[in-house]
Amino acid sequence: MEGSDALARAPAQPGPVVSPSGGSNVRARRGRPFAERRGAAFALGTLGVLLVFALAELVSRANIVSPQDIPPASRIVGELVSQLGTSEFWSQVGATLLGWAVGLGIATAGGIAFGVLLGSSVYVRAALRPTVEFLRPVPSVALIPLAILVWGQDLGSKVFLVVVGALWPIVIQSMYGVSQVDDVARDTARSYGLGASERLRFLVLPSALPFIATGLRIASATALIVGVTAEVVIGNKGLGNGIALAQAGGNVELMYALILTTGVLGIAIHMLFSAFERPLLRWHTSQRGTE
Amino acid sequence: MSARTRRWVLVGLEIGVTALIIAGVWLYSERAVSYVVAPVPDIAARFRETFLFAQFGSDVLPSLLRFALGFVIACIVGVGVGLLLGRSLVLRLLTTPIVSFLRSTPAVALLPLAIVLIGIGTPMSVFIIAFVCCWPILLNTTDGVVELDPTLRATVESYGITGLDRLRLVILPAISPRVLAGMRTSISLALLLLVVSEMIGNSNGIGNFIFQAQQTFAIADMWAGIVLLGVLGYLVNTAFGAVERRLLRWHVSERRA
Repeated sequence: MEGSDALARAPAQPGPVVSPSGGSNVRARRGRPFAERRGAAFALGTLGVLLVFALAELVSRANIVSPQDIPPASRIVGELVSQLGTSEFWSQVGATLLGWAVGLGIATAGGIAFGVLLGSSVYVRAALRPTVEFLRPVPSVALIPLAILVWGQDLGSKVFLVVVGALWPIVIQSMYGVSQVDDVARDTARSYGLGASERLRFLVLPSALPFIATGLRIASATALIVGVTAEVVIGNKGLGNGIALAQAGGNVELMYALILTTGVLGIAIHMLFSAFERPLLRWHTSQRGTE
Repeated sequence: MSARTRRWVLVGLEIGVTALIIAGVWLYSERAVSYVVAPVPDIAARFRETFLFAQFGSDVLPSLLRFALGFVIACIVGVGVGLLLGRSLVLRLLTTPIVSFLRSTPAVALLPLAIVLIGIGTPMSVFIIAFVCCWPILLNTTDGVVELDPTLRATVESYGITGLDRLRLVILPAISPRVLAGMRTSISLALLLLVVSEMIGNSNGIGNFIFQAQQTFAIADMWAGIVLLGVLGYLVNTAFGAVERRLLRWHVSERRA
């Protein structure tokens, strides 16, 4: 869990939350350095972004770097804005999200089923351990040539790679979650006469849910990375392919604009899955904290 | 069932089922009429002929070098900048949106950019590996410093431990679990970027080897390369696990107590 704990960090630390006894809080805060005040996170964050944009604008305008390498930031943003009005752009975004969603969906269903199976029985775990340990570290992108041979540039090759990449985090987290189910709770459920399917539904899956949510968040990011990789290398339709084509065609501004778009997608996915995970984890840790 | 019998059953299952799976794959590969499957003995033979050691120097060694260089640079930059950001709240707030944006950008989207900026070859691979892998390490280092125990800080201060001593004896050991967790995430990213950057931006290396094999329909070669990547991934992860266990011996034993 060490690794996934570390990954479960909140994306940004918001300023101190105003407590119900707001009056005394305000007094206590007076005289603090600017950075510790409320709103400083937003103000400084915005300033940081503006500084980077200004720097990119400057080095390019002043010809410190060739505009063919790094175009002025304003031109990139302009290109992105004009792209927002084209159907080509949106169909690329749609294609990237489609491969991501289908692949992640298959990986989630298969990964939870396999993980629960592995987690429920030490015998199954022992029987499949060497196979899993060998398959897990194979980088999904190593299978790109195989995917090309079987599916060519169809959606299938992208989905296949996304499934392979996103599967393992979900399997491992589900397995871990299921094997962590409290023994007393398990015995209690059994002695109250809950059948196997009821135990799965009312005990095992709810207990494992926080772990599965963490696995899903990791997998959602991996799925996007692998999906875009497939588009860049294989040429499946999507933003990755758009980036590769823009680069090949020397349209550097479009390339940067599309890279920015993939970054926005990445942040959106990260925030979505973190928001889904946090309440689940909070329930879990508070539960453990009281004991 | 006694604990002893149980252990034997588990070991038996582990060996028996694995042997069955291997036998199944082997038999399937010999009989299958498919253009993407090669018989296991052919793959093994090609593996021996190419990687042990005819093309070891021309394809495996460059890959290992790119991987190691990129990863080491990512570790140095990630820990260094992470320590800096951990110490200054202003710097941290200033960089938060940019760092989370760069961290969330799907790594390979940056590959065409790296090719534009640096061109094809080893420096490009090293750059892209280092650039993408430094973020998880940086974020975990920063978080580690921010979450340092206040009592620890106060103790260090009252004992007058400063400068390099404080970094080496107190801060680095205290944050090492977080830093290593970040490095573990980076290892799989580094492998991914290594393979992809060799497929589309290098004329040698294991990624390039697999890609070429597929283009020329040398199916046994392709599978030999995939198996090699699996073995490499396994070895790198195992080696890292061993280092991690050794460095965190105190930490893990403390948790078990």
